[in-house]
Amino acid sequence: MSRPRSRTLLSIVAFGYAFLYVPILSVIFYSFNDSRLVTLWGGFSLRWYRALLESDEILSAALLSLQVAAVTATLATVLGTLTALALNRLGRFRGRTLLTGMVTSPLVMPEIITGISLLFLFISLAEWIGWPGSRGATTITIAHTTFSLAYVSVIVRSRLSGMNESLEDAAMDLGGRPLRVFFDITVPAIAPAMVAGWLLAFTLSLDDVVIASFVSGPGATTLPMLIFSKVKLGVTPDINALATVIIVLVTLGVLTAALVTRAGHSSQRES
Amino acid sequence: MFTKLRRSDGRRQWLRTALAVPYLWLLLFFLAPFVIIVKISLADPLVAVPPFTALIDWTQAGLERIQVTLDNYLFLFRDPYYAVIYLNSIKMAAISTLLCLLLGYPIAYFIARQPARWRNLLLLGIILPFWISFLLRVYAWIGLLSSKGLINNFLLSIGIIDQPLSLIYNDFAVYLGIVYSYLPFMILPLYANLERLDLDLQDAAADLGARRWRVFVDVTLPLSMSGILAGSLLVFIPAIGEYIIPALLGSADTLMIGRALWDEFFINRDWPVASAVSVVLLLILVLPMMWFQKIQARQEGGS
Repeated sequence: MSRPRSRTLLSIVAFGYAFLYVPILSVIFYSFNDSRLVTLWGGFSLRWYRALLESDEILSAALLSLQVAAVTATLATVLGTLTALALNRLGRFRGRTLLTGMVTSPLVMPEIITGISLLFLFISLAEWIGWPGSRGATTITIAHTTFSLAYVSVIVRSRLSGMNESLEDAAMDLGGRPLRVFFDITVPAIAPAMVAGWLLAFTLSLDDVVIASFVSGPGATTLPMLIFSKVKLGVTPDINALATVIIVLVTLGVLTAALVTRAGHSSQRES
Repeated sequence: MFTKLRRSDGRRQWLRTALAVPYLWLLLFFLAPFVIIVKISLADPLVAVPPFTALIDWTQAGLERIQVTLDNYLFLFRDPYYAVIYLNSIKMAAISTLLCLLLGYPIAYFIARQPARWRNLLLLGIILPFWISFLLRVYAWIGLLSSKGLINNFLLSIGIIDQPLSLIYNDFAVYLGIVYSYLPFMILPLYANLERLDLDLQDAAADLGARRWRVFVDVTLPLSMSGILAGSLLVFIPAIGEYIIPALLGSADTLMIGRALWDEFFINRDWPVASAVSVVLLLILVLPMMWFQKIQARQEGGS
């Protein structure tokens, strides 16, 4: 590679990474700012973190979001894995095309349409069968599960397509019952993909504002909904502190996951 | 033979049974909502004005007289406001996609050409912001761009400007926000494609005396077309319906369909028109979506 060109490339790449990280770092920096004027430096302080811990509004929204995300991730992992198994192992069956469409469309569906259409569904259901009586954590969980199971199924499918079926066949030949074989052989083999899917579903659920705003009801405000309503009016220092907490937790999580999958990859290669 | 038949039957049987659960889930929570949204888009707007009672009225009325109206769609076509919004959303999404490509391609190209141990670290650097909340990343730009924000303060302090620039609450900020948020979606498929490219081809072209630029245009670029398409669609499709970015960084005049839809729904409370707007948006997106799925299917088949 000739020198001047490689220097151009290098500076574009450096600009790209700076572009990705400067906004994030600036939020972290200003979260320690003592001044209420968020953009003027008034000295180091942890007061916004203290304000965070004292805010019942933020804490209860965070609790709701974590609950919704945990249930969503678990449901989506179970449903998404079953869908992936069926699409990968059942060959041709009636309704396969429809299933493929339903499981890949949520990946590219505008959130706003998913939100509106699910709200209409919940209202219609409430009229016809009286359920859901009120909208809130349950309806948000259902909505989040529906779009994140698509992501889980994509991840698990890519793992399944790289997997050898002969081990399962052998276990069946030795008289293993289907469910037993599934839990003893298949699940351990696709476990890394299921964990990755669970984490992705958890993150997607924790991140969603638009869909939750539609399908939630009075009294159920998720953390992103609360943040959104606050930041529509501009920068607030306590959101800087909250953002920093989230950024640190996510970064630790991603790094751990990266190390774990790396260890997983190398042990796979050895065996 | 006999055991083989029984074995695969047993496995298929339980999978079939188990599949019923996600299948019914998707029918109820993914397909049914679309049927409903299409139905509501064909409902009479006048009957359905206050949203809650409206739907009850409509379903009850629907049982007595099956009345379908295209008024909501005609309304969309007659009012130039909507045509302008749809076209403007497409334009903004297309320009953002191009900007993502211009920034993302060199980065993906660079990463794909690094030694393996560096590659993972560099990729992690691209993926990490994607895991950090989308909302918070868009929010971060408010602090940078506002009139008393970091960028303006910096430029003022070094004396390049003597008045703060208006960097936020305009279309510029929306473009910036979209490029920023969706850049990883462009880089990752491009990287996956470029990483698999045969370096020998480029070397051969270079050995035969081709200039670097010609090698890139004649060899690398055509071979990476599927990555370019996949990345572009992954940016373009969600960007068209984007709501958060224009809501936080745009002005009241930023015309994007996601925002118009939100207002139609929450502020005007005209559900039949909101439904019609959604259906038209979906129709606009059907082609790029099918294109994307075709590319995906081809890549899955290929690898």
